[in-house]
Amino acid sequence: MSEALLTVEGLRVEYSTRGRWSEVVHGISFDVQPGKVVALVGESGSGKSTVSQALIRRLPENGRITAGAIRFAGNDLVKLPERALRKLRGAQIGFVPQDPGSSLNPLMRVGEQIAETLRIHKRMPRATASARAIEILDEVGIPQPALRATQYPHELSGGLRQRALIGIAWACGPQFVIADEPTSALDVTVQRHVLDQLDDLVEQHGTAVLLITHDLAVAADRADEIIVMYRGEIVERGVTADVLNAPTHEYTRRLVAAAPGLREGRLAPQVRESRSDEGALFSTFRERAAAARTDADSILDVRGISKSYGVRGGSFLAAEDVSFAVPRGRTLSIVGESGSGKTTSARIAARLVQPDAGTILLDGEDITRAGGEALRQLRRRMQVVYQNPFGSLDPRMTVERIVAEPLRSFRIGDRRSQAALVRELLERVQLSPDLAVRRPGELSGGQRQRVAIARALALGPDLMILDEPVSALDVAVQEQILQLLVDLQAEFRLSYLFISHDLGVVRQISDRIVVMQKGRVVESGEAADVLERPSNDYTRELIDAIPGRIATAD
Amino acid sequence: MRLLRQPGFVLSLIVLAVVATAIVAPSLLATHDPFASVPKERLLPPSAEHFFGTDNLGRDVYSRVVHGAALSIVSAALAVLVGVVVGGLVGLTSGFLGGPVDFAVMRVVDVLVAIPGILLALIVVASLGFGPISIGLGVGLGAAGSFARVMRSQVIKVRGAEYVEAARTLGARMPAVIFRHVLPNAARPVIAFAALELGTAILGVSALTFLGFGAPPPAPEWGALSSAGRDFIAAQPWLSIIPGLVILVVVLAVNRVARAIGGER
Repeated sequence: MSEALLTVEGLRVEYSTRGRWSEVVHGISFDVQPGKVVALVGESGSGKSTVSQALIRRLPENGRITAGAIRFAGNDLVKLPERALRKLRGAQIGFVPQDPGSSLNPLMRVGEQIAETLRIHKRMPRATASARAIEILDEVGIPQPALRATQYPHELSGGLRQRALIGIAWACGPQFVIADEPTSALDVTVQRHVLDQLDDLVEQHGTAVLLITHDLAVAADRADEIIVMYRGEIVERGVTADVLNAPTHEYTRRLVAAAPGLREGRLAPQVRESRSDEGALFSTFRERAAAARTDADSILDVRGISKSYGVRGGSFLAAEDVSFAVPRGRTLSIVGESGSGKTTSARIAARLVQPDAGTILLDGEDITRAGGEALRQLRRRMQVVYQNPFGSLDPRMTVERIVAEPLRSFRIGDRRSQAALVRELLERVQLSPDLAVRRPGELSGGQRQRVAIARALALGPDLMILDEPVSALDVAVQEQILQLLVDLQAEFRLSYLFISHDLGVVRQISDRIVVMQKGRVVESGEAADVLERPSNDYTRELIDAIPGRIATAD
Repeated sequence: MRLLRQPGFVLSLIVLAVVATAIVAPSLLATHDPFASVPKERLLPPSAEHFFGTDNLGRDVYSRVVHGAALSIVSAALAVLVGVVVGGLVGLTSGFLGGPVDFAVMRVVDVLVAIPGILLALIVVASLGFGPISIGLGVGLGAAGSFARVMRSQVIKVRGAEYVEAARTLGARMPAVIFRHVLPNAARPVIAFAALELGTAILGVSALTFLGFGAPPPAPEWGALSSAGRDFIAAQPWLSIIPGLVILVVVLAVNRVARAIGGER
């Protein structure tokens, strides 16, 4: 084995919260060989990002390294003076941050930001640096690099910004690059292109990369070696294929099982022992069943809806002649990238946005123009779960009040029966009733999304419109939420309109799939047909972009 | 609390505690009757007997300042209350309704903000008559424009939040959305601004009483006290300066505490 480029020995990191120190990284050791891609995989809170920050001593103010050594190029980065370390950062160690939205200076042109790195570390004269910056933009695959160099970050899309950041990380020809969740904020298709770019740079420059990710499928596609972290410790490490095919640790086995790209087919409901149907929750749903008025096959029928938005100097067609039908008790998914019109279509179906043209039928009844009290009553039958569980819950309310709010709005039951129903709902979404007194800020992302689902269930709806309900969550949590949705669907005969950019997620839950691009439906059909025999090029591209394809193709 | 380790903040709290005592129970702090004149003890300099000296009628200035707190601060508090309620309602309506209503209302607010507050207050006082109540109303209306702007910007921010839309999809009626979600979440910056505005209001009220628009003499309003000393500024400067310093210290203390309410350390 050749000399390791980076060696970490017994690294321990602590954070202080309210004056108390607690250790989050418990003495981990690993090394990175020159020119290899090593993936550090784990869920949020596993300490993987803390490790990446500790490596370049960029921990937040309340964090500190308490023990261990980080050997890089003959130095111990733990003991190296700040001044010497500053020379290493950027020059020999590149860093690709997680969030392309906030990692570039919004007031500086993109080209200047790359040139700045070159001028600081390579002492390049201004003109040379600017010219080199354009070359770098070209190298990372940004079209029209000369034009892009003169633009400001907000004029670039998320994918382009992330490429620019990759360009900055590689600008000075580093031996080692740390990429902290470089694509988690991006659409799946964009993610694939950005990761391909990263692969190319590794190949051309022989750079070693530490790739931090929560998505085992991404690691499977891109890494030579995988290190799995769990609760601040390394639980497994080895060559990628070994880790995937023969995981030795229980947690790794769970991760492998959860990765959507590494598994096939729709999730099956895990029927739990049937409970007595005395519960208040059941009465809500029983009432509903009695009230079902027609036997139409589709619970929701959307016909020929269009919507355009005025933008500077014209109008933008967000949805054009979009039609789809959600089968009763089953799941229809709309897939597409940002800007494909999938969210607009879902919001029109949810009667949150008024369409310019088209009809929406709920249970055979035209609800396109329903307003006022009629629209309010519709909410009992049709509920929405939002993408961002951090934004859709009022931060000032307790979980109990949040879940009870729809009951209060429709004056269902009294205080005591509402409290009982809230407890039952929390139990149904597998949340401990103790959480009822907490506020959203004290919950994890997965817990919040469960609260949002419990709230949507409270009124006993027929139809749930799920707008990217898992895309803000870790892969392992995604899997749990999807399983919960599938279970609830089986138990309460719910119909889902599911919106996602990720076909890997969609195939776990869908019966029918609609693929949208640039405001139009480009393909639709039974889930298995669309996934196995796509008739459209764009659909094929989406399928290829599912992480884990490369690994499973072997 | 990290704040309690900061001497400036602690001092400010002490000042406000003293002022609060002066408002609620002035007799606890006052050493003399604020209205009793002793002709023999006219225009005395500050001493152990008369902390702030005596005025031209031989009244103890310190006791007059203590008794004046209730008049001055209560006028200022009334002003802030008027500003919060009037400005808050205007901002809430304007921000929540949006569109042409918002545009029209905000242009009126622009005009209101463009007029100097003290001038607006003078107009109100001139038309309602002199006295602490009309001063409070006048200064409050002068501040209402700024409150409307703060409230509106907060409401617009909160109105766009996903949980507000979520509340609508959960079947909440409009008033429930406003009072359960929008108002509580928009309130904090407005409250912080109100606390900050209290200092400004004290200055405004003092300016108006200095000009003689407050309660008629012998009411010991702080601005009026400072004004009364003007005739003796050459020989007995403390008569004007000490009430002025009291106003200054109280305004600074209010500002310090207000900044803490606003979340600053």
